[in-house]
This record gives sequence, structure tokens and C-alpha cells, in this order.
Amino acid sequence: MVDVLIIGSGGAGLTAALSAQEAGASVLVVGKSYPTNSQTSMAQGGINAALGNVGEDHVSSHIADTIKSAHGLCDEEMVRQMCADAPKTIEWLENLGVPFSRFDVRGLTSDDKSLSELSSAGLTPAIKTVAQRQMGGASAKRACYAQDYTGLKILHTLYDTCLKENIDFLDEHYLLNLIVKDDVVKGATFLDIRTGEVLQIDAKSVVMATGGYASLYHGNTTNAYGSTGDGVAAVLRAGGAVSDMEFIQFHPTALKHSAILISESARGEGGYLVNEKGERFVDELKPRDEVARAIFAQMQEGQRVFLDVRHLGEEKLMELLPQEMELCKIHEHVDPATDLIPIKPVAHYSMGGIDVDYALEVTGIKGCFAVGECSNAKVHGANRLGGNSLLEIIAFGKFAGENAYKHSIYASSKPAEPTQKEKDTLEIEKLFSQEKRASFYPYRELLGNLFYEKVGIVRENKQLHAALEEVIEMQVAQKTMGIADKSPTNNQNLIDFLEFKNALLLAPTIISAAITRDESRGAHYKLGFESENEAFKQHIVLQWKRES
Amino acid sequence: MQIKILRSETNSHQLYTLPAGEIPLLNALTYIKETQDASLTFSAGCRASVCGTCAVRVNGREELSCSYKVKPGDLIEPLQYHPVLRDLKVDKHKAKETLLKSTAWLHESQEASLTHDDEKFTEKQTDCILCDSCYSACPVYAVNPDFLGPFALTRAYRYTSDKREGDAKTIIDNIQSNGVWDCTLCGECTAVCPKGIDPKMDITMLRGSSLQHGHSDPSFAQQSFGTLDFGGGGGFGFDPNAGF
Repeated sequence: MVDVLIIGSGGAGLTAALSAQEAGASVLVVGKSYPTNSQTSMAQGGINAALGNVGEDHVSSHIADTIKSAHGLCDEEMVRQMCADAPKTIEWLENLGVPFSRFDVRGLTSDDKSLSELSSAGLTPAIKTVAQRQMGGASAKRACYAQDYTGLKILHTLYDTCLKENIDFLDEHYLLNLIVKDDVVKGATFLDIRTGEVLQIDAKSVVMATGGYASLYHGNTTNAYGSTGDGVAAVLRAGGAVSDMEFIQFHPTALKHSAILISESARGEGGYLVNEKGERFVDELKPRDEVARAIFAQMQEGQRVFLDVRHLGEEKLMELLPQEMELCKIHEHVDPATDLIPIKPVAHYSMGGIDVDYALEVTGIKGCFAVGECSNAKVHGANRLGGNSLLEIIAFGKFAGENAYKHSIYASSKPAEPTQKEKDTLEIEKLFSQEKRASFYPYRELLGNLFYEKVGIVRENKQLHAALEEVIEMQVAQKTMGIADKSPTNNQNLIDFLEFKNALLLAPTIISAAITRDESRGAHYKLGFESENEAFKQHIVLQWKRES
Repeated sequence: MQIKILRSETNSHQLYTLPAGEIPLLNALTYIKETQDASLTFSAGCRASVCGTCAVRVNGREELSCSYKVKPGDLIEPLQYHPVLRDLKVDKHKAKETLLKSTAWLHESQEASLTHDDEKFTEKQTDCILCDSCYSACPVYAVNPDFLGPFALTRAYRYTSDKREGDAKTIIDNIQSNGVWDCTLCGECTAVCPKGIDPKMDITMLRGSSLQHGHSDPSFAQQSFGTLDFGGGGGFGFDPNAGF
């Protein structure tokens, strides 16, 4: 039996693993792919910390900006903790060897005010040369970055460190269910993707670091195929709570035809948004919800919308946004140095997720912690600020690892009965034995489009109700769907189906919460209810009733 | 248009028909899986050339499926030197072990204020997405399956040249056996890297560092000192006792 089982091997999972092991726990990280394949690699813009390396900044400003953007739906204690931990989070990453972008410090002397602040806070002066850039909704240049590969470079450095620290990995294992007895987590069941076998892993504590659910918007999302909310769905099935599910962030600038992300830093560095007439129509540095709605309004008027970075010049673009330059050329056939970039807003991030308390412990499941995009630690509220998600996965990843270890000390070491494993084995066998099943792939696409159109940037109760009906019909139809590939080993068709089932399970939670919320707040914008309503300044928490 | 894909079950090329038009190979594979053949197996993730999941070989050359534009008649095969799990999906564990053997991480963090030039010095190397394209393209694996290989050595180089590394020597020591000297400097890795990284140059640099740390090229050592033929020959070579 392992002390701390970590499910998910992105930035949050790797950080939790390192901190739990450092605290003294035996650790196992289980993921459905390989550690460096995760969604974290796609985070581009930066990681926020009020270092004040480029102009004045304070932790209090970081807190204030985050709370403002959250539109009353965050927990200010959690925001304070995250923002206050940010400088030492950067220091930790610096000490692991993250190759941050740098600027040259000229004339920085030992009596420099910000330097003395650093040393009084016990931080290394080495982080004074970390470059910082502007992101939307931030009152200072606060996002530390590594060109536009911030997530990639943090993730790979974490992975290198995990190898150094001999962290145990179990790759290509797909989470089926949490094992919960008397409201206490006992481990989880997994499908070994290679062999097709179902296995049970016993654990004293579990950390869910399974990522978000924005891939529900299949075809209309910046996310990787795998961001299907597997962990969120597993928690719901196991009796845990989810909250704020209706808050989905739409990123203003994805490439029009491929929905591939163009980082907010493109605007932070001075890029414009223009319509067909070449007119700018919004302050590009407003928070993402407002910018996305402004673009959507232009599109509703029949305007095509573009990102214009031509005035930055090729040299600066290659220096600051090398990845974007390449992606634009490959997927949109435009050269940002000379052409306008066609864009549209698409689903990007799920603010809501597994409901957790101050210790990141899942509501309803003791000993189970959740961190990163899968969790709702209530730091992003109704709208996340760019640069705060990478911060969350590292700052809270450490916190989750430590807390999971603490729980494991006193947790029972009696393994769970194989009941869940047997049940899951039968379920999988059933999928293999079903003949002549309809393909679910068209439904996956249908669901993605349905959500983009009816549960999207601008919502309306009539549309939401229609969407809910369609989803329920789809859930009924799901019983006739199945897999065509019957190979027991390396069956990606099966994994795709299990992922789709998770997405479909979460779909009504998002819609019903959106229906309930008769107001507009942050990323949730509803026609007929265009302003914030104090009565809704609360989290919508959903939990399944126990079978009696 | 038609493309051919190597299927593992039959060990033969299967022909698939796609609608005309320029699309990334990954979209083509997804299209086939969704509409024609659910058993076709491949790995995919971000669609944006950064997660390192989807590398395959197209007409004998490594490409990321998500960024390669498929052309009529293309022949798609899995990466080389990786055990094939199914169709285009390979087992990357052995390749990843090279990172462990190279000990490519920061061994001893020391305080150093990095500059913009320091960042630029290994910026390219840290763009690596571990897609394993270079590993698949490296001909050394045909003769030496234990070779540490391009991506691990590039990563080793990245840490040895980091000013925060207080113990570069340990990394250098760990990449001598089946490492820097086993590379033939053919440059195949550099040619196929989707991120424009130049492992060949990094390996060359590591050879320089290795010499500085007291290591030597084992093949060179054999040639020079393996035969006891000093002095007595026809005027070249040197007398080891002549006051050098």
C-alpha cells in the first residue's frame, strides 16, 4: 500500500509527488499518458508572482487583481495564500533549474529597495533577473515566463527533478474509479491501457491532479484531447462534491480553424484585436471574459476578427513568441510578422471542478485531495487571470502533497475489498461483449458543438434548457453506443469512449448550474440577466445522492 | 487522396482514402479512426507541437503528426528503435531511461544570477518536447541499443551549461559510457527535430567539456596509446622520454 497515490502526471501531480515524498511519504504517480505529455505543456504566457522585477508590484496588488477578476466568487483566504506563496514558488522553480526568460539587471545595487525586500523575505536575489510580462487584468508586469513555453519548461524541469528524486511512475493507466469506504478514500481502480487489465491500487491518501474538462467543447477548445474531466467525474461517482461547474473560461484568441491557442502574452506584448474594417473594438488587456465577449459580439455582427501583431516586428516576435509564429504558419498559413491572424474565442479552462476545503481535501471524501485545474480551490472564482493557473498548480501542488502526506500518517493501512475492481472489470468486459454498437465519435463532436453554441460565451435560459434536453437524449442514446475495436490491449477506441462517457456525465452539471445562475458574473454571461445579482454571490455545489 | 499506414497486427501497409485537401496528418488519422477504422491506433495530445506525443515516421522521416501536412501516397510508420505496442503507438520507456542514465537534471543548485545571454545560451535546448524523433532517427541505435542518444545528451548539455549547476562534473562523468563518444556526428537528429534543436552540436560541446574534465575519446586513446610504437619509426611520433 502506497502512502500517497497521485492521479495525473501534469505540473500539479509532479509537484505534489515531489512535496509528498520530501515530507516522507511513499509516492506513486499514475497517469493515462507519459508525464511530459500533459496539458501543462501547453501553458504559454507565464506564472504570476509579485516580484516587482519590472516596475513596482506588491503581493497585495496580486491579491487585489485576482479577487477583482473572480467577481466575488473566490475565497479570499485561498487567494491570499496562493499569491503570498508566489515569490517562494518562483524561487523553488529557480532552484530546480527552470530556464526562465531573463532581463539584464543594470545598476541594481545591494541597497536597492526591492532587493532588500527580497532578502528580508528570505528569498534569493537570483530571482531578481527573472523577466516579467504584462497579462490581462494585472495591475503590473507580474507574469514570469520562459518565452512562450512557460508551461513546457516548468513541466520538463519538474520531470527531470522527479527522475532525480526517484519518483515512482505508472504510465498509461487510465483512472476508472475511486475506492471510497465510509466516506474515506482507500485507493483507486485503473485500466492498464497496454494490457487491458483492471487493477486496484491501495493508498492511504489520494491526490487528484487530473486536469480540467474543457475538452467537453470538442473541436472548440484549446485543450488537448484528453482534458475530459476524468477525475472530476470519478469524484462525483464516488460521492464527492463538485462546484462552480458553469464557469468555463473562453480564451479570446485561438486560431480560427484549428482552435489552437495564441497566448495572451501576444496582447500583453502589445498586440491589437481588430475587425475586418481594421478597427480596434476593445481594450485588449481587459480580463479574458470581457475580451472574449467583445470578440463574440463582433462575430455576431458578421465581422471576422483578427489578432494584429505586425507592428511588433519580426525580431521581437521571434524573441517573445517563437512558438506562436510557428503555429500560425502551420495551422493558419499566415505569417504574423506580415499578416493578420484570424482568431475566435474557444473554451480554454474550467474554473470549477472538484469542491475542496482549505486543506484541498475533497468535500465528501476524506483523505482525497484535489489540485490544479480539476479542483475548485476557489482562487479563480468566476474568471481566472492569465498566469494564475501555473501558479496554482505549483503553489497548491506542494500544499496538496504535504497535506496528503499528513493524512496518510494516521490513515488505516487496511486495504479495501476488491469490490470496486470486480465491478469495473465486469463493466469493461461488458463493453467488449456488446455487439453492433453505434459509434460515439459523431456524438463527441455533436456534444462539443452543442456546448459551444448553447453553453458558450453568451448564454440564454431557453438555449440552456434545449441543451440539457439534448444531453439527456444523448445519455439515453449512450446505452446504444460502444466500441468497434475489440482488441483487449492498447485499445485507444475504448479509452476515447470512457473519456466521452466522463464528459457526458459532467455535461448536465455544467448546464444545470448555468440554468440556476440567473445572473451574469465573470465567464458566465446570460441574456436577460446581464448584471451581477448579490443573491447569486455563492458557489453552486453539486453532489450525487447516496444510493440507499 | 490515399495514404498507407503500417499496421502491426498484419505487419503490412494498409491503404486509406482521405478527402482531398491540406490537413495535418493527425487530423487524417483521427478522421480514419472516427469514420473508417476504429482499430487504427496512434498517440495524440495537444495538436499544437508541444506535448511530444504524436511523432511518427512519414516516408522514412520523423514528423509530428499534428504539424505534418499529409500528401497523397504518404507512407506512415511508427518510430524506429521503440518497441511497437500497436500500429503507430510505441513504448517510450526504454528511450526515457536514457534521461535517468545521463542524470540530466540539476545536481547541486548553486546561487547564480542569470542574465539574458545565459537564457539565450540554452534556450533552444530547453524547447525539447521529448517527442523521441531524434532517438528514432539516430543510426547508432542500429548497432548500440544502449546509446544515451540525442535528446538525453542535449538535456545533459543544458544542465552542464547552466550556471546554477554546482556539479556539472557528475553529469559529464555519467555520459562517457555509451554517451558522447559513441555519436557519429551524422546530424540525423538535428535534421528531424521539430523544435530546431541541434543535438549534434550539443554533443560536440559535451566532448569539449569531457576533455576539460579529464576524460578522453576512448577510440582516440586506443589509436594513440594502444600500440607501443613510439619513437623507432620513420620520423614522426614522439619520444616519450624526450623531455615533454
